[in-house]
Amino acid sequence: MEVSQAQAQSPAASSRPHVKRAGAGARFVAMLKRRQLVLLTLFILLAAWEIAPRALNIPDYLLPPPSQVLTAFLGQWQRTLAATWITTTVMLGGYLIAIVVSIPLALLIVSSRVVEDTVEPIMLVFQVIPKIAIAPLFIVWFGFGYTPKTMLVFLLAFFPITLSAVAGFRAVDPDIMDLARSTGASRWSMFRKIKLPQALPQIFTGLKVGVALASTGAVVAEFIASDRGLGYLLLEWRGELDTPMVFAGVFVISFVGIVVYYAVEAIERITIPWHASQRDPAAMGA
Amino acid sequence: MEPGSTSAAGIQKAGGGREIAVKNVSKVFTTDETRTEALRDISLTIREGEFVSIVGPSGCGKSTLLRLIAGLMPVTSGSIEIGGKTVTQPITDVGIVFQKPVLLEWRNALENVLIQPELRGLDPRAYEQRARDLLAAVGLSGFEGAYPRQLSGGMQQRASIARALVHDPSLLLMDEPLGALDALTREQVRVDLEELWLSTGKTVLFITHSIDEAVLLSDRVVIMSPRPGLIDRIIDIDLPRPRGLEGRKASAFKEAEEAITRIFLERGVLKRGQPFAAIHRPGA
Ligand SMILES: Nc1ncnc2c1ncn2[C@@H]1O[C@H](COP(=O)(O)OP(=O)(O)OP(=O)(O)O)[C@@H](O)[C@H]1O
Ligand SMILES: [Mg+2]
Repeated sequence: MEVSQAQAQSPAASSRPHVKRAGAGARFVAMLKRRQLVLLTLFILLAAWEIAPRALNIPDYLLPPPSQVLTAFLGQWQRTLAATWITTTVMLGGYLIAIVVSIPLALLIVSSRVVEDTVEPIMLVFQVIPKIAIAPLFIVWFGFGYTPKTMLVFLLAFFPITLSAVAGFRAVDPDIMDLARSTGASRWSMFRKIKLPQALPQIFTGLKVGVALASTGAVVAEFIASDRGLGYLLLEWRGELDTPMVFAGVFVISFVGIVVYYAVEAIERITIPWHASQRDPAAMGA
Repeated sequence: MEPGSTSAAGIQKAGGGREIAVKNVSKVFTTDETRTEALRDISLTIREGEFVSIVGPSGCGKSTLLRLIAGLMPVTSGSIEIGGKTVTQPITDVGIVFQKPVLLEWRNALENVLIQPELRGLDPRAYEQRARDLLAAVGLSGFEGAYPRQLSGGMQQRASIARALVHDPSLLLMDEPLGALDALTREQVRVDLEELWLSTGKTVLFITHSIDEAVLLSDRVVIMSPRPGLIDRIIDIDLPRPRGLEGRKASAFKEAEEAITRIFLERGVLKRGQPFAAIHRPGA
């Protein structure tokens, strides 16, 4: 509070908050300017990669230049995209189940002493287990097909989402909960109007960590327990020393991850425009 | 229709005689390693419509007493009755101003005031005009759309005062509500609060660190002393109303203020002549 003492001295009515919104066009240009360096760096890297294998005589099966990767991909794009679709459904399936399970569980952990004392320590121990190491067990239990793969994705995405949601729900100021209790509000409306919005910024952090883990999980699951999907194809291409296609596959699955990540981020921006992480630094003059 | 002036649904108004009776209340906080006796054997009766202030040094249990009366936590021993009924759960016919503003950062000032009727299941649209009026009354007109991060600490605290009043509760529990305000606004809000109290007959329990404020506002001032928190003295303030901006001129004001200051001096809460020069300076 002491930060704002000086401001408090000024007569209230005359000092409006100085928030200026830049126009959409100006913002886009500003965004491009900020990304300029990134784009330039990417371009230089790509060019270096194109030139280096030729200049240093590196064979294609070790490091194919990007042009080769593109050519290879265009030759097999239908098969690749069909496999990518399978991998994506596994990834999204496990991810969505993780969300649906994690958030109610987090709420249970923060609202019940018994659940907190039993589930949370167990979760913290389980979190340390390398989930991928359990994957072979899933084949034993669930066979091939969607179930073991989705399970692995779920397991990888579940921990960061649950733990961040727990942290988010815990961050709710006890005083604001006291205020809510003095209104006689129902648990549901306290959750909807206070706890959930308060926890959302941290929940989204967990959701974004979860995306990367979900795509890792989907590919690894297909390495281990599949006869289809991009993970399976990657192994096949590697076996044939078709390195350009391995690169193409990595690019495609990375692209899927990026799309899902930005989708989550877009939802975040719409849901919590008020949060510090969502404020446009250019518009705030910072 | 003026929504605030009617007894709205979601607020249970008891009949007359809603006296607050604090009977031999003690509160001990225990954790695994520590045991803090915050309040010991507190007894205090606040009549309906009375304005009572609590003054006392930091840590003497003022906020704790307020929370106990609000039913936000259980007493360790003793009992608290409001209108003859023992408080066992959070009371709802109440407006609380907490020591810090605790606004919701995703709601602007107006929406932060309207959370009160919303949580009570009342139609926020019916309360919008009243919320705007209250924000104006605490000097926040023009800031209805501002978010907490755009408001100074004092402005946030004023928004939280409006939030405590919007549903027109018959009891106000205010924990240093004017603490973060600048001197001028503080004077203004104090005078307005007296007006509001005179015209509505609410019961007010008002915690403050300002002896001046306590004397100017209250029917009675409760003086507490720390470790463990006890009631030291209760002083009646016999000053005509409204006291407004002129209240300090009355000789009774000076007498009461001096009496309270004397008590704090006797208890060693205030000390004469302990200059900062006596504080050790490294290398001096
Ligand atoms: N939730 C709690 N858990 C443990 N101890 C507490 C808790 N709340 C208050 N206390 C202790 O009780 C005592 C009284 O605290 P309280 O907040 O009521 O003081 P206060 O008179 O309001 O002080 P201040 O004027 O600084 O606000 C303090 O010693 C404090 O450490
Ligand atoms: Mg306090």
